[in-house]
Amino acid sequence: MSAVSHAGSNLNVASPANASGSTRVDLVLVAQMVEYGAKVLDVGCGDGQLLRLLSETRGVDGRGIELSREGVNECVAKGLAVIQGDADTDLADYPDDAFDYVILSQTLQATRHPRIVLEHMLRIGRRAVVSFPNFGHWQVRLQLLFAGHMPRTDILPFSWYDTPNIHHCTIKDFRQLCTAIGVKMEKAVALNAWGSPLRLNAPWWFWNLFGEQAVFLLSRKG
Amino acid sequence: MPEVADSPREADQPHESLIAHFGADKPLKLDAGVELTPFQVAYKTYGTLNAERSNVVLICHALTGDQHVASIHPVTRKSGWWETMVGPGRPIDTERYFVICPNVVGACMGTTGPSSTDPKTGKPWGLDFPVITIRDMVRAQAMLLDHLGIESLFAVAGGSMGGMQVLQWAASYPQRVFCALPIACATRHSAQNIAFHEVGRQAIMADPEWRGGRYLLEDSNPRRGLAVARMGAHITYLSDAALHRKFGRKFQDRANPTFSFDADFEVESYLRHQGISFVERFDANSYLYLTRAMDYFDLAADYNGILAKAFTGTPTRFCVVSFTSDWLFPTFESRAIVHALNAASARVSFAEIVTDKGHDAFLLDEPELFAIVRGFLDGAGKARGLAARG
Repeated sequence: MSAVSHAGSNLNVASPANASGSTRVDLVLVAQMVEYGAKVLDVGCGDGQLLRLLSETRGVDGRGIELSREGVNECVAKGLAVIQGDADTDLADYPDDAFDYVILSQTLQATRHPRIVLEHMLRIGRRAVVSFPNFGHWQVRLQLLFAGHMPRTDILPFSWYDTPNIHHCTIKDFRQLCTAIGVKMEKAVALNAWGSPLRLNAPWWFWNLFGEQAVFLLSRKG
Repeated sequence: MPEVADSPREADQPHESLIAHFGADKPLKLDAGVELTPFQVAYKTYGTLNAERSNVVLICHALTGDQHVASIHPVTRKSGWWETMVGPGRPIDTERYFVICPNVVGACMGTTGPSSTDPKTGKPWGLDFPVITIRDMVRAQAMLLDHLGIESLFAVAGGSMGGMQVLQWAASYPQRVFCALPIACATRHSAQNIAFHEVGRQAIMADPEWRGGRYLLEDSNPRRGLAVARMGAHITYLSDAALHRKFGRKFQDRANPTFSFDADFEVESYLRHQGISFVERFDANSYLYLTRAMDYFDLAADYNGILAKAFTGTPTRFCVVSFTSDWLFPTFESRAIVHALNAASARVSFAEIVTDKGHDAFLLDEPELFAIVRGFLDGAGKARGLAARG
């Protein structure tokens, strides 16, 4: 159904690196998709770990938006340019082409309007980097199929009634959204449950089943 | 305690302050369309200017503040109004930064204002003093920096009316401001705030001792009016929760109500004290002029109503801070600043601090505020190439 073939020539796959120290593998992967010295907006920047990594390893001019007040104040006290705000409502304030990259790291599934958020990201930034937990992962599927309850895993630890994650999607779902809004997928990486990247030439269904999380580098079409 | 009659002298010859004189060749061009000349600016400095002149922090004081930011006040003998923030090892570290705090134009602690002597008449200006604006205050500060040979500021910081000056600095002189800390402020004074100010002004003018603003000439002083103005304003600086926490319904030095209009309640006694002590150090006409300057402040209006245009292409780094219980300058006012800065692609940090202390929180012991200011200045200092504290 997708016009973009997974292993096709138009889809470069980023080479993953081992996580150094305690830095999360997915953050390292995200950082590697960002050009040196770029201007970056990290939407849902948490305690600023990725912004710090980007500033230290990629020399970026980084800004952040974070919903939680504690996260924001911690970031600002670290000298990071972070504001308290909401991805769903505050991205509209930014002008077109204000950033080289807009990053949404493990936050897409917590937004109220993922499609609008994604559209804003690619309006504000020339490129977008999105990472999210894959709800198509086999552990998730097995829990629902055999245990009959909403899945809880290491990266999705919440009970159904107190989860911030209101829009789960699978890798397949996300690709379909990208196609629907005319977004070009430049790179993609899926990580298995042990944080290792999956084989690059594996078919999409394999990623969708064995990828616990995915990172996509997107750009505007045309 | 010095006599109130001393205050005109403080206005002309301030104690423990430096003074910059601006003669007829350097008039202050006011928004009101007239020139103020000659005039003087009283200021204090703390710390040492580095060889590159790159470590200057300008502190802008609030409505009833002054230049005595981090040292004993010459009139009240109390400690500086921002000693928790400014000083050796403090977030605005005077062992690292060269801090300048000028008294604003229109005030009464040594910079020319309505209680200063008008050299043309030899008498206090009184209501003949021209109405001034926040932009006029900032112009005078820029003239002071020119006078001191300081081209650019590492940082401009201030809360409340000081925050308004910070925003005006960033809008008027973006190339001179490396980073800006507008705290607990807004880009325009709200109708509610103008209303509160008007009540304060009317209290002063209703005092027969005000004498149409000529009280200094007639050896009088509208103490009661100014005290009432201060009492009303002081309530707006606190919060319901803070007043309840500090005073509740507790009686003052008595077990039962007196069934009179004495200050039965602690909160009454506290407010009366605030009013009385304020009169000792502040000039009633200055109160009129400075509240007016705040009322007139509307930064967007200078840019066809589009606030973001005030900051288009700004190189300045901003750190905007608000407090949850501040109902004088609520968080949504700070958020409007942040939205405009985002629309202008400015580099901005924004933190809202949880506290029940109301608007005055910016002057009080707020560890989170200190951590944020310290962290923001450290980050900016690195970008500016300022040496770390030795």
